[in-house]
Amino acid sequence: METLVAFTVGVMAAGSVYLLLSHNLVRVLFGLILLSNAANFVIFAAGGMTEGLPPLIGLGEKALTGVYSNPLPQALILTAIVISFGLLAFALVLVYRGYQELGTVDSDRMRLAEPPHPDQDIPEPEEPGRLHVRDASRRVENLGSPQS
Amino acid sequence: MMDSLILRTATRLLLSLMLLFSFFILLRGHNEPGGGFIGGLIAASAFALHSIAFGPRALRTVLVFDPRSIAGVGMLCAIAAGLFSAVMGDAFLTAGWLHWGEGDAVFHVGTPLLFDVGVFLVVIGAVLTIVLALEEEDV
Amino acid sequence: MLSWYLVAPIAVPMTTAVLCILLATRRDLQRIVSAAGAGAHLVAALLLMAQVWQGGILAGQMGQWPAPFGITLVADHLSAVMVLITGIMGLGVGLYSLRDVDENRERSGFHPLYHVLLTGVTGSFITGDLFNLYVWFEVMLIASFALLALGSEKVQLDGAIKYAAINLVSTVMFLIAVAVLYGMTGTLNMADLAVRVPQVEQRGMMTTVAVMFMIAFGIKSAVFPLFFWLPASYHTPAVAVSAIFAGLLTKVGVYALVRTFTLIFTDDVGYTHDALLVVAGLTMLTGVLGAAAQNEIRRILSFHIISQIGYMIMGLALYTPLGLIGAVFYLVHHIIVKTNLFLVAGVAKRLTGSMDLKKIGGLYKSSPLLAVLFLIPALSLAGIPPLSGFWAKFVLIRASLEIESWVIAAVAILVGLLTMFSMTKIWVEAFWKPHPDGDDRSLSIGDLTVSERVLLIGPIVVFAALTVAIGLWTQPFLDLATRASAELLNPAGYIDAVLGARP
Repeated sequence: METLVAFTVGVMAAGSVYLLLSHNLVRVLFGLILLSNAANFVIFAAGGMTEGLPPLIGLGEKALTGVYSNPLPQALILTAIVISFGLLAFALVLVYRGYQELGTVDSDRMRLAEPPHPDQDIPEPEEPGRLHVRDASRRVENLGSPQS
Repeated sequence: MMDSLILRTATRLLLSLMLLFSFFILLRGHNEPGGGFIGGLIAASAFALHSIAFGPRALRTVLVFDPRSIAGVGMLCAIAAGLFSAVMGDAFLTAGWLHWGEGDAVFHVGTPLLFDVGVFLVVIGAVLTIVLALEEEDV
Repeated sequence: MLSWYLVAPIAVPMTTAVLCILLATRRDLQRIVSAAGAGAHLVAALLLMAQVWQGGILAGQMGQWPAPFGITLVADHLSAVMVLITGIMGLGVGLYSLRDVDENRERSGFHPLYHVLLTGVTGSFITGDLFNLYVWFEVMLIASFALLALGSEKVQLDGAIKYAAINLVSTVMFLIAVAVLYGMTGTLNMADLAVRVPQVEQRGMMTTVAVMFMIAFGIKSAVFPLFFWLPASYHTPAVAVSAIFAGLLTKVGVYALVRTFTLIFTDDVGYTHDALLVVAGLTMLTGVLGAAAQNEIRRILSFHIISQIGYMIMGLALYTPLGLIGAVFYLVHHIIVKTNLFLVAGVAKRLTGSMDLKKIGGLYKSSPLLAVLFLIPALSLAGIPPLSGFWAKFVLIRASLEIESWVIAAVAILVGLLTMFSMTKIWVEAFWKPHPDGDDRSLSIGDLTVSERVLLIGPIVVFAALTVAIGLWTQPFLDLATRASAELLNPAGYIDAVLGARP
């Protein structure tokens, strides 16, 4: 079982590295989601996989009896899921805001914080127009509408 | 926001049902699978459903309080649950319990419940903050 | 009851953050609570420091669960001094932010996020559990994401996206390393790990895990070749935000490296610490050379953070008593100096309207006080006696000469000189050169309002005084660093304090 999980983790990690190497930030984000799920699998496998009962002490008993599964990896994974959920949700909002403000999700074309050297060529997007800036008038309307 | 009569009608029924279920999961969590986090997620998805059916502004009216404040109150509950043990002279987060009744009918209530309620509120608040931030973009 | 000394520095900023959220609509009250909370945090940190100074390593088991099953909080001298310095910086920058951060950013939640950040940083310093360290890292990380993007200027979003992407990878790396380590040892308590790691039979695998931790913490602490996120983002947010980031965030990574590579991964020193030494040298060099190419004050300073991180890693990599004394001393010195330089840069921007060296000038003439306040941390950073930076560099270079690592000693001296070059550049361009748009374009400190003078200049003066004080009365600080270093090199005390401690 552990071997199977190990291979699954390998495939997931390979896929996520492929996605992380993309220019497109949305793909990078998907890569991160995949990678954090792979990490959860690693915890799961590292905790040792046993076919056992849930680690709950029955009513009136004082200790666990019989074969039970290791509760710690579950606690760790739950924590990790919560944290990566929060971080990735925030990263998604961030990329979306970036798309609205900067008009692109191509990381090569985000050069505001680190302006390119005058001699440097910035590659044009392969399919111009696919990542268009949002209609400006629509954004002005949005700004005008009361929120909350 | 989706303009669908079926969704709206169903949501009216589902909202209260899901909230009830989330409380059940929250209270069940002490001795069996469940607890504040999962309960909070169910409650948050109930509210998110409401927001999809009726729009984010309707959700804010239903919630009354700002989701960030809800998360804040939840956090305060969790901290209070941790600090309560100072009264007993124990370490941070040590559980304190009150017992009523005798025999099989003993009723326990203690700081872990307060902590779980805190987690419940934090999850609702945090999830709804994100949901509203995304929904209100496209009003 | 002693464990409350450990809980307070975490609980205080956490409670402050919550109160700030609840007071979101009442701006004045929120600002008062925020400043008071930062003050209370400093008091809690001082109490912890005093307790550790008198009573030695302090460990507490949360929820009465005995180690290694529950979560342990531990403070040795290193942790305590880091918490104290966090408290000092937290209060200083917190006050500065009252005049620096605009109303829009305050309304979007600057104060709660700031205290969440302090919570995360403090928690990382005090925790004695590896997974708990991961959690505190994430608390810190999510607050730093939000603080970076706060205000949603285009350039900020650009910086924040890159910061977020690279730091998320580091996070996952950390988590995987934790998982593998747990699989091999069955524990995550750091003291328990220190006992069990040497018993593991697969030594090669353990070295691999050590390197995974090195990479994960290396990204956080911005070492060569993993530093690219730092100069891409640190110059974009509000000055108070970049000052607290510059002071504390990368240092948490360095602290984590010091902790794990003195307590847990000490078995294959020949490999891991040599690798760290190479990394340290390259970090120093690339950082300082990168700074030479920049023309914006905060970007120059950002690159200098990187080169200074190299010195701290160097102290750890030498792995001798003197080397670790140097590393601890450098950590404390660097946090004060670097935060202060960012604060000075913020005031310079306020007086001249920009941070681009080509567009400003004349500050020496218009506000000589600011010039002095810049010179103190700048010379300290470069290592000019008798300021704190001199002693920090002196101890480190002496440590490297002691074990005859000539190359790293030479690099350290060379980088000191090059640092001087960058500081001179800021000095000449921003202070001496006349303002490009005419002489009267730079305001003087006297043009600021009284509250601005107190809240903006006050922290800078205090931090500069601290730098001078460490330089002139070095002995108590060296004593502290010596105690910390002795504890790091002989982890038995730490292990006993954690595993032997009754709740």
